[in-house]
Amino acid sequence: MINLQIVFDNINYVYSSGTAFEQYALKDINLKISKGEFIGLIGHTGSGKSTLIQHMNGLIKASSGGIYYEGQNIYDSNYSMRELRSKVGLVFQYPEHQLFETTVFKDVCFGPKNLGLDKLEVELRAYEALKMVGIGEDLLDASPFELSGGQKRRVAIAGILAMRPEVLILDEPTAGLDPMGRDEILGQVANLHKEKGLTVILVTHSMEDVAKYVDRILVMNKGNLVMDQETRKVFARYKELEEMYLAAPQVTYITNELKAKGLDINTDATTVAEAKEDILKYINN
Amino acid sequence: MEMVKVENLAFEYIRRDEEGNVESINRAIDGVNLDVKKGDFIAVLGANGSGKSTLAKHINAILYPTEGTVWVNGLNTSEEQNIWEIRRSAGMVFQNPDNQIVATVVEEDVGFGPENLGVPTDEIWQRVEKSLEAVNMLEHRDKSPNKLSGGQKQRVAIAGIMAMKPECIVLDEPTAMLDPDGRNDVISTIHKLNQQDNITVILITHHMSEVINADKVFVMNKGQVVLQGSPREIFSEVDKLKSYRLDVPQVTELAYELRKAGLDIPKGILYVEELVEALGKIKR
Repeated sequence: MINLQIVFDNINYVYSSGTAFEQYALKDINLKISKGEFIGLIGHTGSGKSTLIQHMNGLIKASSGGIYYEGQNIYDSNYSMRELRSKVGLVFQYPEHQLFETTVFKDVCFGPKNLGLDKLEVELRAYEALKMVGIGEDLLDASPFELSGGQKRRVAIAGILAMRPEVLILDEPTAGLDPMGRDEILGQVANLHKEKGLTVILVTHSMEDVAKYVDRILVMNKGNLVMDQETRKVFARYKELEEMYLAAPQVTYITNELKAKGLDINTDATTVAEAKEDILKYINN
Repeated sequence: MEMVKVENLAFEYIRRDEEGNVESINRAIDGVNLDVKKGDFIAVLGANGSGKSTLAKHINAILYPTEGTVWVNGLNTSEEQNIWEIRRSAGMVFQNPDNQIVATVVEEDVGFGPENLGVPTDEIWQRVEKSLEAVNMLEHRDKSPNKLSGGQKQRVAIAGIMAMKPECIVLDEPTAMLDPDGRNDVISTIHKLNQQDNITVILITHHMSEVINADKVFVMNKGQVVLQGSPREIFSEVDKLKSYRLDVPQVTELAYELRKAGLDIPKGILYVEELVEALGKIKR
């Protein structure tokens, strides 16, 4: 239990409580996240994904229930929300819309500067963060608005990384990027996860991305946490996912179709590489 | 006659300093030739910054060529008197649904376009009803757009264009902000408009799975059209597409990898059923 980082204990979040329009955005959520996990969070629009992640760094306060960060109740009156927000970094959708400084470097400095660090430490962290996301020195003095979509996105993520968070939550980090830009960003996030032991929570509509990177998937549906299992186990339940307007990666359908045709083949592949291996194993057997 | 004809198009974004001196020139489109026949469903693929959106904006006469000519429905987009007719006949849908909805009620939003064209009130209402029906949003006509999902908002935006009775719709990454379900709704809606109403569709996207049913695909890289052909021809070029920062659907990639590993599988597989069938034929 020593590694438990985030715990949700019976969290409810209710809109318009006590009126005729009362609606649960989150209902009885129980959740344990350990240090260093790489988690995917999926769900139909309006399922409660965004509400859930905004509870993690205290942007939204639960209507009832408790949230613990490293064993401490974040709703305790003497708990520092400010500190929590520097430890749990949240990258919103289209974070590049929040870039505002005149240069890339200044923009990334903004977060650590607000933590009250001295100038040297602020700049050190900004350099480090930009390096982590693969933004080269040639771009430090460029205006953020001159960059390509993928570069802007990475600068915005660097702005969060410069706060040195222990948990990184990314809400649709690849929306609007071309396939290569998508792989670059997620590849860098996966590296940070591996090298720095960062806990990563990836909110996405792309099942292919989830399959490729995460170990565990949380599925939200109508405010409920309906699945919380390792990746392949969740995608094996693809028929249930479809009822929630979700799906499995395309390869899951291929292996299941083959199985339905009577081929004796493993059906739990979720990436192209795994499916290739399983199919070749079957053919060469 | 072609719906859209693009001849030797070049476009430069010119940045000037405060005194008006040229600071930098970015040639976003560099010698593009392209024909789109009436009734075709065309897809344009390309990485961020490849010139796709710049090209789209030429078809709607938002941008004018630096060099070359663009004709829409036979009208030259560089001639000012053609602009209104061009914008009516080639409507445009953008990426962010929230940026293109102007009214507080769905049906009023859809009526905004024809109202600006001076269409009589009775006919506006007829068109609104017909357009909302075409995108399967009629039951939401009285709602506030902010109560709708992203996919529903995009369909309202499409209805707003349909109400202007266009011959052509240009969609610039219409599904980038949508979940898979909303994405399917939008894509099937535009296929339906293409088939039933013979609307010419030009779909710009990063999602490879959305283009497999197009009549023709153009691939752009660094301002030029580098590949064109049927989806099957385009997706046979897995390595080339990857070199343009693009990708192929998972089933196509899996088929390609298995073929490379020596299995007897045809090139350019697009559908799950095709691959399943090809694998079923292979003897163990």
